Amino acid sequence: MDASALSYDRPFGIAILAMGGQGGGVLADWIVALAEGEGWIAQSTSVPGVAQRTGATIYYVELIRPREGASPVLSLMPVPGDVDVVIAAEMMEAGRAIQRGLVSPERTTFIASSHRAYAVTEKQKPGDGIADPTNVEVAARGVSARFYCADMQGIASQAGSVISASLFGALAASGALPFARERFEDTIRAAGVGVEGSLRAFAGGFDAVRTPNAAAAEAKTEAPSRVVGGTPAEQAELTRALARIDAEFPADGREMLRVGLARVVDYQDVAYGHEYLDRVARLPPDLAAEAAKQVAVALAYDDVVRVADLKTRGSRFARVRDEVAVRGGQILDTTEFMHPRVEEVCATLPAKWGAWIEGSPAAQKMLGLIFNRGRRVRTTTVVGFVQLWLVASLKPRRRTLLRHGREMAHVDAWLDLVARHAATDTGLALELLKCRRLVKGYSDTHARGQSKFDRVIAAADRLAARSDAADWIRRLRDAALADEDGATLDGALKTVATLETEPARERLPA
Amino acid sequence: MAERSFAREVQDLRLSAGQEFRGEGILAVTKALLQSGVGYVAGYQGAPISHLMDVLSDAQGILSDLGVHFEPSASEAAAASTLAASVMYPIRGAVTWKSTAGTNVASDALSNLASGGVTGGALIVIGEDYGEGSSIMQERTHAFAMKSQIWLMDPRPNLPSIVAAVEHGFALSEASNTPVMLEMRIRACHVHGSFICKDNVPPPFTLTQALENPVADVNRIVLPPASFQHEQDKIKRRWPAAVEYIRKHGLNETFSGDVEQIGIICQGGMYNGVMRALSLLDLADVWGNTRVPIYVLNVTYPLVDADLVAFCAGKQAVLIVEEGQPEFLEQALHGILRKADVNTRVYGKDVLPMAGEYTAAVVTEGVRKFVGASVPSLLTRTPPSAASVLADPRVKALAEVVPARPPSFCTGCPERPIFSAMSLVEKELGRHHIACDIGCHLFSINPPFNLGATTMGYGLGASSAAAFNVPASKRAISMMGDGGFWHNGLATGISNAVFNKSDSVVVVVDNHYSAATGGQDIPSSRALNPSRSTRHPIEEAVRGVGARWVRRVDRTYNVAKMRNVLKDALTTAEKGPKIIIAASECMLNRQRRERPLFLAAVKRGERRVKPKFGIDEDVCTGDHACIRLSGCPSLSVKRSADPLKQDPVATIDETCVGCGNCGEVAEAAVLCPSFYRADVVHNPNGIDRFLHRVRTAVIGALQRRRDGARIALA
Repeated sequence: MDASALSYDRPFGIAILAMGGQGGGVLADWIVALAEGEGWIAQSTSVPGVAQRTGATIYYVELIRPREGASPVLSLMPVPGDVDVVIAAEMMEAGRAIQRGLVSPERTTFIASSHRAYAVTEKQKPGDGIADPTNVEVAARGVSARFYCADMQGIASQAGSVISASLFGALAASGALPFARERFEDTIRAAGVGVEGSLRAFAGGFDAVRTPNAAAAEAKTEAPSRVVGGTPAEQAELTRALARIDAEFPADGREMLRVGLARVVDYQDVAYGHEYLDRVARLPPDLAAEAAKQVAVALAYDDVVRVADLKTRGSRFARVRDEVAVRGGQILDTTEFMHPRVEEVCATLPAKWGAWIEGSPAAQKMLGLIFNRGRRVRTTTVVGFVQLWLVASLKPRRRTLLRHGREMAHVDAWLDLVARHAATDTGLALELLKCRRLVKGYSDTHARGQSKFDRVIAAADRLAARSDAADWIRRLRDAALADEDGATLDGALKTVATLETEPARERLPA
Repeated sequence: MAERSFAREVQDLRLSAGQEFRGEGILAVTKALLQSGVGYVAGYQGAPISHLMDVLSDAQGILSDLGVHFEPSASEAAAASTLAASVMYPIRGAVTWKSTAGTNVASDALSNLASGGVTGGALIVIGEDYGEGSSIMQERTHAFAMKSQIWLMDPRPNLPSIVAAVEHGFALSEASNTPVMLEMRIRACHVHGSFICKDNVPPPFTLTQALENPVADVNRIVLPPASFQHEQDKIKRRWPAAVEYIRKHGLNETFSGDVEQIGIICQGGMYNGVMRALSLLDLADVWGNTRVPIYVLNVTYPLVDADLVAFCAGKQAVLIVEEGQPEFLEQALHGILRKADVNTRVYGKDVLPMAGEYTAAVVTEGVRKFVGASVPSLLTRTPPSAASVLADPRVKALAEVVPARPPSFCTGCPERPIFSAMSLVEKELGRHHIACDIGCHLFSINPPFNLGATTMGYGLGASSAAAFNVPASKRAISMMGDGGFWHNGLATGISNAVFNKSDSVVVVVDNHYSAATGGQDIPSSRALNPSRSTRHPIEEAVRGVGARWVRRVDRTYNVAKMRNVLKDALTTAEKGPKIIIAASECMLNRQRRERPLFLAAVKRGERRVKPKFGIDEDVCTGDHACIRLSGCPSLSVKRSADPLKQDPVATIDETCVGCGNCGEVAEAAVLCPSFYRADVVHNPNGIDRFLHRVRTAVIGALQRRRDGARIALA
């Protein structure tokens, strides 16, 4: 034996990265069956372990043409930099494949599904924790020999199948394996489970690689501008409001103003729309675009009346039917999960009554006995529907309710603050507007958000003298969105407190 | 009934001489056991050997035809003790478990077994749960082999070698009266390959014969003076006999090569990795030809000193490729060569890392360093590497975005609401010390729950809180699964807590299976299992050992109830352990059981209701409090089309199984009214249709009235 006696036959390596439950094992089995059917030798391995419970799993397959009288020694794991095909069943798993060194620019055909399955760490953030997959796509194109990427999950769902089938189709279309399309399809047929759906998904995956769609241009939704429904008087008033937008506000804010106007009119009435425009008009024109958004969110605060209104609309019924894919002959029964507390009951009473109950522990206790429990309302039954429908009919009287007075006082105090700082520091005023994002949720969550909002806003006067006040408010807002109980925000606020005494020793939290 | 059915694979166990078996490594072991005339098989399930247990469970017919007894043991200790049948009788027995976790549990029996020795072949199939995919502490089974004088086989990871190792394992055991461990790494257990079968062999001497003709010998029992004789016998007779068998049958293999001044010694399990490394350096090929001689230790304990000396003598240097730590083999090799006065330089954990899995990249780099240090002229090719890709700034930037994906509860898991409830209780009563156990419930330590302080072993949740039995304003909480409960938690956890008058709270998660290992039945399983006795309530067992404060929640998805019971347990004045049995069926198994029935019934035209949960996007404010209290894979987020919503809103995808946890959490935690349950009635009956017509008419009229009056911008 010397160097010349060695064979240069090289096994063909395929690594599959999937999440538990995605059927990565099925795909590996299909590849093995396909290769064996074509007379090749195939070896596959996996390390499922606990990862099969929703974690990330890797499967590895090696294939080689047989040689008379010899058995191959195949690897049980991929060699970084030496893998022929890498298949990632989700976009971030594609990123993980690259991080593991499996993808190489010389060798690797890289097939990835562009869809996202968000990790818990992304989902649980009170703000926006979604990681940006752009980096993954850039890296994937940069470090692979060929990169095929499409929403394989979407293709599979549409075909009524699972992602392993569409990925198998993409593998066939990539041409990385020297087997005809029919052989791939025969493999699916031979496996005998959900054949029709799998073949449809296979074809979808195949086509997505062979004739990739130019990325569908993101449909830009036009801001609403058409007046529908209502009395002639209401219509005239709304048309006047639309005209006000064009007359009183700068061009860059008008689109968002129309969106905001549509929201607050839908929320309350046309007069409320004019109140909305009045409030935005209090601020300088260069803040109009942001104010249009934030003031609309503030005015359309989430109360019991709003929830009841949204949940009883015909359009909502249609949407639910669509989402759960109710087919002809089937009947849909919808149950809402609600838990109004005494606080919400008081908030929905006329201001005087509500305030009186809030001041009377006995009354609260009594109301608590009646109201403070989970309620399941079957909105597809007449009794359930009418309950919510009646709550929604409080809408015309909303201005007299306890909650409304408080919300408007809170909004106006905030806008006063913004207007005051806008005179000297537009950047700071803009950041203060954006802080409205902190107020969200219902009951305790709402109270927590409002308290974070108040604390961040309160820092404005202390910071106003600094040239970087806007940056600080932005940092405080990000800190407030980082966790639920506000620990990050507390830390950031402590830093802000030290700023005044020791301006030279800044510590930036973000 | 296990999570996965092996109905098809079972048929492969019937293959006869000359036929080809294709499948997973661990199933090849199963077939090899039958070909070896095994008389009984026992074990405790766990990755990566669960499939061995599952396939045998599904193969009762074949086993009884052959006269082979099979039983799933209560624990690895029970499994190891089962091998006692081979002490006096010429019956081959095999047991299996995951190691080192299971070997720890089995150690008492193993030590006694190894001391007295065996007559019939005793084989322990070890699933070495080490490296990527492992769920346990990173240790070596090798140490157990050395301390008890049990022989350890580590065959090359291909099916013919694995099957040969099973057959030789029994013979080696009999030739040396010593139990033998067969080590199977994770990838070898799951490797797909093929081998040519032999006929199955019924056990020549059966358990029935043994029972009817009992034999006993006090000299085989571990009690002085026999125990001292055992030690001498191990060293003076059994060890040499084993070495003789290994040599005679060539269990270790030498692959020759032309570069004779160096050589590689490796564990059998490392062979494919070594060969790939050599191939990438142009020193070997994929057909098993190598230029560097290799000595493969298919038996890693005991070593055959003379073979090693012969292999190393005359070589300038050898590399020993030994995965795991400490480096037992390398130390032994140094001793052997020193005693034989062989001066060959030994490379090992100097060019390879001391700890961690020997991946393809690690072995390749180690072999490259070894060849470079000993015969640099051989290095003509740079092996492929990911170094340049990993150094690419675009790739480095991925660290910022690619999220970790720790394992978590499945969609619809009944354990999720237990921890949702516990999170709610902690919001009220503050943080508590939570002692965890082994099982799916351990995922509570991961986001979003982040609940749990320690885990000490299977069934040891309650006992790992034992010390916290002192006066304090808070009580310790401990967790235990039903698998762990029957494994040993009843005795070491519950009974121990009762006896010591512990004031702690113990939550026993009863999901009707040993779920984390693949859904095997246990004594409290609700299913009627024809070959086992099931339906023994955990509640009766804990009351039987003296627990008085016992509460059972029969639907864990009732988060409010779960929370109230937990709060009760933490605040009651009653003394003694507070036992909560949280019982709901494992959703993975429930779906597997119910889905086909549901589909069949719908197909037959019967009325069936399918629940699914949803979220009203316009009501959701994007705070994600629901996710922090759930973490369900089907409860996710999406970007809203509403330009006024800045943060992603929650959404429920089509994988939702309608367990109800999210709705219950929203209600119990007073979160938000976005959640709804949509019950789709398949094949509605006359009453359904009538009510539907009436309701649609009334509701539709009310909706039209309001929609018509509403002014809007569209």
